[in-house]
Amino acid sequence: MTGGWLAGKKSQFTQEEALKEYFTFLADDALILGQQLSRWCSKGPVLEQDIAIINTSLDHIGRARLLYQELAKLEGNGATEDTLAYLRDHQEFRNALLLEQPNGHWGDSVVRSFFIDTFNFFLYDGLRQCEHLVLAGIAEKSVKEIAYQAQWSAEWVIRLGDGTEESHQKVQNSIDDLWMWTGELFEKHPVFETLGSGFVDFSTLKTQWLEKVALVLETATLQMPDSELWMQTGGRLGVHTAHLGFILAEMQSLPRTHPNASW
Amino acid sequence: MGTNVSLEENFQTYVDGENKIEPKDWMPEKYRKTLIRQISQHAHSEIIGMQPEANWITRAPSLRAKLILLAKVQDEAGHGLYLYSAAETLGESREKMISDLQSGKAKYSSIFNYPTPSWADMGTIGWLVDGAAIQNQVMLTRTSYGPYARAMVKICKEESFHQRQGYEVVMKLAQGTPEQKAMAQESLNRWWWPSLMMFGPSDDESPNSAQSMKWKIKRKSNDTLRQEFVDKTVPQVEYLGLTVPDADLKWNEARGHYDFGVINWDEFYDVIQGNGPCNKERIAHHVEAHEEGAWVREAANAFAQKQAQRKKNTGAAA
Repeated sequence: MTGGWLAGKKSQFTQEEALKEYFTFLADDALILGQQLSRWCSKGPVLEQDIAIINTSLDHIGRARLLYQELAKLEGNGATEDTLAYLRDHQEFRNALLLEQPNGHWGDSVVRSFFIDTFNFFLYDGLRQCEHLVLAGIAEKSVKEIAYQAQWSAEWVIRLGDGTEESHQKVQNSIDDLWMWTGELFEKHPVFETLGSGFVDFSTLKTQWLEKVALVLETATLQMPDSELWMQTGGRLGVHTAHLGFILAEMQSLPRTHPNASW
Repeated sequence: MGTNVSLEENFQTYVDGENKIEPKDWMPEKYRKTLIRQISQHAHSEIIGMQPEANWITRAPSLRAKLILLAKVQDEAGHGLYLYSAAETLGESREKMISDLQSGKAKYSSIFNYPTPSWADMGTIGWLVDGAAIQNQVMLTRTSYGPYARAMVKICKEESFHQRQGYEVVMKLAQGTPEQKAMAQESLNRWWWPSLMMFGPSDDESPNSAQSMKWKIKRKSNDTLRQEFVDKTVPQVEYLGLTVPDADLKWNEARGHYDFGVINWDEFYDVIQGNGPCNKERIAHHVEAHEEGAWVREAANAFAQKQAQRKKNTGAAA
């Protein structure tokens, strides 16, 4: 990690630090995605799908709350779900860069969801056996919602891919454009080694993910990009794209304007 | 002609007997038209009403508040969906209703043509606007058209919940820092009068009311509903330690009701005619989402057709 723009990032973690880091990965992914999807509210292509996409946003934010509540206990010092969401700055966020990419059009949002939902499905399915019992409980509850989300987004990829010529081209572009943000999901991170086999090492999910994505894209008559293309990195280390700054500025504006208020 | 008169008489007797009219029953054409107008207007109000609140979802100040607001706006989308379905039972298509909304031919509740610059508005809308809507909708659970009455039962339950949530948001502000309390008062000042306008013109100025009352589509007059709302809400304002922005408001012992000041009807008619601060913005937002979604709807239709064709081919081969 030295000699480049990720210089100076932490690479050694105690057991306690690694656990907090792991919860932060999961919670920040859920919050940032939920926040992004909530922007679709009142803008969906048809009323039924407006409702469906809000539903997925609700699930992600609901899961983020459960994860932050547990993280707050680990953090101590008066941390709450809200101080974690509203009073950290960009370099403290650990979400994957994929999730902070703009909503774009319906196809862009659907593909972003499809990539992460498929990842989340294997991740949370594995976390049901996690040695951390609270996390295992959250996973047990979430995996049903995530299965629905993964089905919903995969169905949309298929519908757009095998729909009209226009939709086929649009969603193929979404896939090509978002592809470089997917490699980061499966990066080896030092915390996985520290935490050991009682937790899911994200890098072990890559094969299943590639298989599932290939299957859906084939059904959708879409081309799968080369999995060995150059991939972006940084989110798990707190190095983000400029999009996150705007997301946080908007989300955090009220609590930061009224630091002594409760809502 | 003679047969027609007797059908109408039978219809009135049936309605007078507190029976529900169902989609396949005979009904006067004007009854059908009145209902389509009213139900679609109600559906449009739910859908356009999503916008002023969706405006605050990304900025809700706590995760709990964000979740509640998101769920609330989702409920509104759901209400819009039932109501469009109820109107479809009268033979009007959703495409037609949406196109009438976008062309300005169909109306929606004027209250949504006011902006929501403050977080406090998320409380005030739930408390006053949903409160005023409930006043009207509880009456509509007994309306004479069956599908509309049944849709209203479900909608009213959710609206009551929204109203409590809205009141909770305002209460937290009213009991919070001085800045938060000022935020609540400023919001109340802007929404109080438009909320009273939601009940529509005074009874002597309301063109459609008499016939609607006779057909039991409407069960209480605009002024009666408005008075009920004021009587119910003033004590809630007082409990919060806030002030109703009406110098003429006072309890009238003899009437057993609050007297209140004169509504600015010029503002009411101006906003209805398209001159509110957000009329253009609300429709433009709806049109933009609809147009940007066109390729998605086309793709979904094309895919559904391909699937149907494949199924047919498989069936033929078997």
